[in-house]
Amino acid sequence: MNAIEVRNLVKRFGTKTVVDHVTMNVAEGEIVGFLGPNGSGKTTTIRIMCGLLTPDEGEGQVLGYDLLTESLKIKREVGYMTQKFSFYEDLTIAENLEFVARLYRLRPVEEYVGRTLDDLGLSSRRNQLAGTLSGGWKQRLALAACIMHEPRLLLLDEPTAGVDPKARREFWDEIHRLAQGGLTVLVSTHYMDEAERCHRISYISYGKLLATGTVDEVVKNAGLTTFVVEGPRLDQVAAALEGRPGVEQVAPFGTTLHVVGSDKKLLDAALEDIGKRKGITVRPGETSLEDVFIQFMAGSKDNMA
Amino acid sequence: MKQYGVSSVFSFARLGALLLKEFIQMRRDRITFAMMLGVPLMQLVLFGYAINNDPKSLPAALVATSNDHYTRAMVSALQTTGYYRFDHVAENAAEAEALMASGSVAFVVTIPSDFARRVERGDNPQLLIEADATDPAVASGAISTLGTVAANALLRERGMEAAAAENARSQLEVVVHRRYNPEGISQYNIVPGLLGVILQMTMVMMTSIALTRETERGTMENLLAMPASPLEIMLGKVLPYLVVGAVQVVVVLIAAKLLFSVPFMGSLPLLLFAILVFVLSLVLLGYTISTMARTQMQALQLTFFFFLPSILLSGFMFPYRGMPDWAQIFGEIFPLTHFLRITRAVMLKGAEFPAIAGEIGALTIFVALFAGVALLRFRRTLD
Repeated sequence: MNAIEVRNLVKRFGTKTVVDHVTMNVAEGEIVGFLGPNGSGKTTTIRIMCGLLTPDEGEGQVLGYDLLTESLKIKREVGYMTQKFSFYEDLTIAENLEFVARLYRLRPVEEYVGRTLDDLGLSSRRNQLAGTLSGGWKQRLALAACIMHEPRLLLLDEPTAGVDPKARREFWDEIHRLAQGGLTVLVSTHYMDEAERCHRISYISYGKLLATGTVDEVVKNAGLTTFVVEGPRLDQVAAALEGRPGVEQVAPFGTTLHVVGSDKKLLDAALEDIGKRKGITVRPGETSLEDVFIQFMAGSKDNMA
Repeated sequence: MKQYGVSSVFSFARLGALLLKEFIQMRRDRITFAMMLGVPLMQLVLFGYAINNDPKSLPAALVATSNDHYTRAMVSALQTTGYYRFDHVAENAAEAEALMASGSVAFVVTIPSDFARRVERGDNPQLLIEADATDPAVASGAISTLGTVAANALLRERGMEAAAAENARSQLEVVVHRRYNPEGISQYNIVPGLLGVILQMTMVMMTSIALTRETERGTMENLLAMPASPLEIMLGKVLPYLVVGAVQVVVVLIAAKLLFSVPFMGSLPLLLFAILVFVLSLVLLGYTISTMARTQMQALQLTFFFFLPSILLSGFMFPYRGMPDWAQIFGEIFPLTHFLRITRAVMLKGAEFPAIAGEIGALTIFVALFAGVALLRFRRTLD
């Protein structure tokens, strides 16, 4: 059984269609990355899946419960971590956890809270107000509170925004540990390195799901060709390439230039004279996930215009 | 591990969690907490002592050119009414005019120089009293007592006690009983009213920001993602303020007795029951506002938008019956209007349940209405 099976979800706010016929399947135990630019409908889609919003159209099951009629049952078995820290800053760490434990009717409360505090390593700071925690600790507390009731599905909305790399790494280790235990995870993110730590990714832009699959599949299916240009005065090369037919992206990467296009022949032609310049070498490169996403973003902007 | 209750709509355990959380937050918010208890006491003392509908000892100026015994008798008669306090003796009309224009005096009493002569001759003596009627309430009491006081004083001064008595006898006698408050003490009217106003102020204001605070801080999203039902969330927000309201009621009732000796004629349980219904309607109104406003600031603005008409049109500040019909009908839509009638009836008149059943019924309708609207509105705010 799939943990998430939704078809043709549509959500409109006024005249704006924020989620536009999104169909998505997530298998149990899978970690799926949900990617897309700001305002692309990631948060809205996640909110629909945890029963916070009712879709205008579409149907589906989350954990086998009907999305439209059984949102209360869904809420009980889903852990949802909001983008912004949304526990009570004027409550202590322990009080926040106790509140969550009581709402989910976990008994005995003290046992659940005590175990969670021990796992977090926050037992000694249990009486500290949550508002005084640093960003990384707030995020860890939020995650711990979300999984205390042992949900079967974890929905994480940009959980690592504003968190330092070490804390991010630890966070992802934790996510993988949980997934090995059978937990399904849908996580939205902006970070490419995080996308690459997911089993599968889905890319959404302006409410439309544009691609889905493993990182390799998404990159392959995008059908992009990438060349790496090396040599002196790359800024001049970049300026010369900009706007040539077939050249869709020119981006400096350290001492190299990545030139990306979807039509290999046109790209070859565009780069022909560049390769003949003095000291400049052009070689085929590997298309990265980021190249693909930037391509997607440029493409969907055209659709909007 | 998953112990899910039979009912998904209501569980005491979840309500308990919400209540506990609310009380902890209330306790941490020291200023608000102090306000809940300090404000009623402060307002009670301030307004209870300050508001007076029948002002006495008002500054007056005397313009008298002669100093005969009739003039003196007149002045002392006016002074003994308690309304006039002759602080100023003006030389002439112009000086008196200036005193009134500047607001130094509320009355100018002019006794003409031929006053004594006319009295002696029985030639229609005249006395001019000019009152500053910019505030009609100030002048009305002082003017209403004037006619009889002046006439009798004059008769007595002329040695016509018998005639005065005769005068009084022969006239139509109007017997006035000022019931429930024979001495016309304003506080007896104001203090029971203040109970309603104070409750309205704190209850509506506190609950109106309850939900918007969660929305503003972003905790609402999390709360909604957890298995708490709209009913539980509403009760969790509203019940703590019922407790606060109960404390305020005790404070105000004790102060009413100790500081203002307001009589308590009726049944305390009946009044407490009425207060419970009233406070419920208030917290639910506040909660309804909370479901409409997007920010705490908006919630406060909506609350104040509601406060002013409810205080002015409920009969707290100005006589309800003095308002035109449309305003009286409008006044009926405020719970405070009905509560004022109840509290004054129970405290001052000793009214029993049947006498106030209609008003309690009206409050009950408010409770049902606000609860219904709040729950409906709440569901919609999910989207």
